[in-house]
Amino acid sequence: MTALSLSRSFPLWREPSPLPGFSLAMGFALAYMGLLIIIPLAALVLYSTGQTPREFLAAAFDPRSLASYRVSFTASLAAAIINGTFGTVVAWSLVRYRFFGRRVFDAMVDLPFALPTAVSGIALTTLFASTGLLGQWLEPMGIRVAFTWLGITAALTLISMPFVVRTLQPAIEDLDHALEEASASMGAGRWQTLTQVVFPVLLPALLTGFTLAFARALGEFGSVIFIAGNMPYQTEIAPLLIIIKLEQYDYLGATAIATTLLVASLILLVLINLLQAWHRRRTTQGR
Amino acid sequence: MAGFITTWQGGHGSAIADAPAVRDPRWTRWLLIGVSVAFLAVMLVAPLFTVFGYALYQGFGRYFEAIVEPATVSAIRLTLITAAICVPLNTVFGVAAAWAITKFEFAGKSFLISLIDLPFSVSPVIAGMVFVILFGAQGYFGPWLREHDIQIVFAVPAIILATLFVTFPFVARELIPLMQAQGTGNEEASLSLGAGGWSTFWRVTLPNIKWGLLYGVILCNARAFGEFGAVSVVSGHIRHQTNTMPLHVEILYNEYQFVAAFAVASLLAFLALLTLVAKSLVEWRLARLERRDDDEI
Repeated sequence: MTALSLSRSFPLWREPSPLPGFSLAMGFALAYMGLLIIIPLAALVLYSTGQTPREFLAAAFDPRSLASYRVSFTASLAAAIINGTFGTVVAWSLVRYRFFGRRVFDAMVDLPFALPTAVSGIALTTLFASTGLLGQWLEPMGIRVAFTWLGITAALTLISMPFVVRTLQPAIEDLDHALEEASASMGAGRWQTLTQVVFPVLLPALLTGFTLAFARALGEFGSVIFIAGNMPYQTEIAPLLIIIKLEQYDYLGATAIATTLLVASLILLVLINLLQAWHRRRTTQGR
Repeated sequence: MAGFITTWQGGHGSAIADAPAVRDPRWTRWLLIGVSVAFLAVMLVAPLFTVFGYALYQGFGRYFEAIVEPATVSAIRLTLITAAICVPLNTVFGVAAAWAITKFEFAGKSFLISLIDLPFSVSPVIAGMVFVILFGAQGYFGPWLREHDIQIVFAVPAIILATLFVTFPFVARELIPLMQAQGTGNEEASLSLGAGGWSTFWRVTLPNIKWGLLYGVILCNARAFGEFGAVSVVSGHIRHQTNTMPLHVEILYNEYQFVAAFAVASLLAFLALLTLVAKSLVEWRLARLERRDDDEI
């Protein structure tokens, strides 16, 4: 619907501007994006329609695929919840408190974006293996991380960590101190102020970060496969199942799972845009 | 009030009021700082230590041996070639897209911005897979390509295409908010003084956006070096031919050559740390420019 109304109005409506280069820049950008991103993605979806709806559903929702969605979904959700909790604490500490090494930690938050996922993967696996730095303490306590569901969650937590912190930080910086002062002057305790005044203001940013982290974790591959153990039905994530099907030349089965994942990502993308719009309304209302 | 305001300078230039009303009790502060540091230490510092620790576990001699090994050198070469092709292409796209989006008003702009972000929400595995569907043996162009003896999948071209796909949004994403904030005033002034379009771009726009552009290029480059999932699908993992650095790390690790795997991984980790330093420098530079602009006003 949007695409249709866009294509109709797009060439027709543009505000006049004294600046040159619109056609050249826009033409190049659209052609490049179309060839590299849109056409290949459309080809993928089109390919998956080369089977009957029944075959598609059978491939997309057979027991092994369903198990892989469950693993991906629950581990991503757990990672997003861990990041939502600890990320809020980290963002609050980095903005509001001054402590030794704060700037270094602040810069380090972006490490998961810069560090290749394969490197994160082998480092975490080594760290949590039974002989590893952390694994040797956890394993006697009966907590096995490497090659279990917990390991997948640890890897997804690492790679999606920056999202919550980086969306909350500016929101905390922009907090109007008068709000907290008013709340305190009306007799609220600090805890009451934080939970009933500060938290609701930060909620849209927190949810945006949470959803971004979840969406990123859902498609993650590189960091997970080293630590997951990759047992079908137990620790096999959906992106890995796609690769397994491709390696068996079962392109149709692979596209069925990929299309399902793609639809999930698009729904999350829409959700993120709605949350961001809500967040913008929240932050511009008071001014 | 003024007496309560300390001279603390916030990380992003905001002075924080130290008034009792916005100040958390001491025990809360220590608890939250402790939790933050512990979380970041376990999730970020410990993995980083593991990489460098294992890489140097058997001394510098073994470390360098692992790096100058021919298969490793060819993986490094392929990664450098891939980045050298992908980063400039996506930079040109980023500048063109940001120019069209921020300097003009047209219908469907926010939809277009969302589309540019699309590769970020697509699984890297899918990003690689689309090129298998197009150019693979059973893909749309597979038969035609085989007739003409052109190899794309399981060869260098697909590695480059997959990397282009996943690094596509970085430059555009950094430039769009920056150029939106700068508006069109400078360019309009330049044009009205008789400068041409290109010379306005090179002499007015580019100097204004150079730090943001650099930042986007740095992030794009980091991802081009490190992409694993998308490249893994299309590479075929042929040693000396289609093995990039992250794929080589995987192969070495699965062969239990841990020192060698972590040695190659340490090169990538070192690049990641350089990326963070460069990013911090650029951010610091941008903040200083902003403050100078504020002073001038």
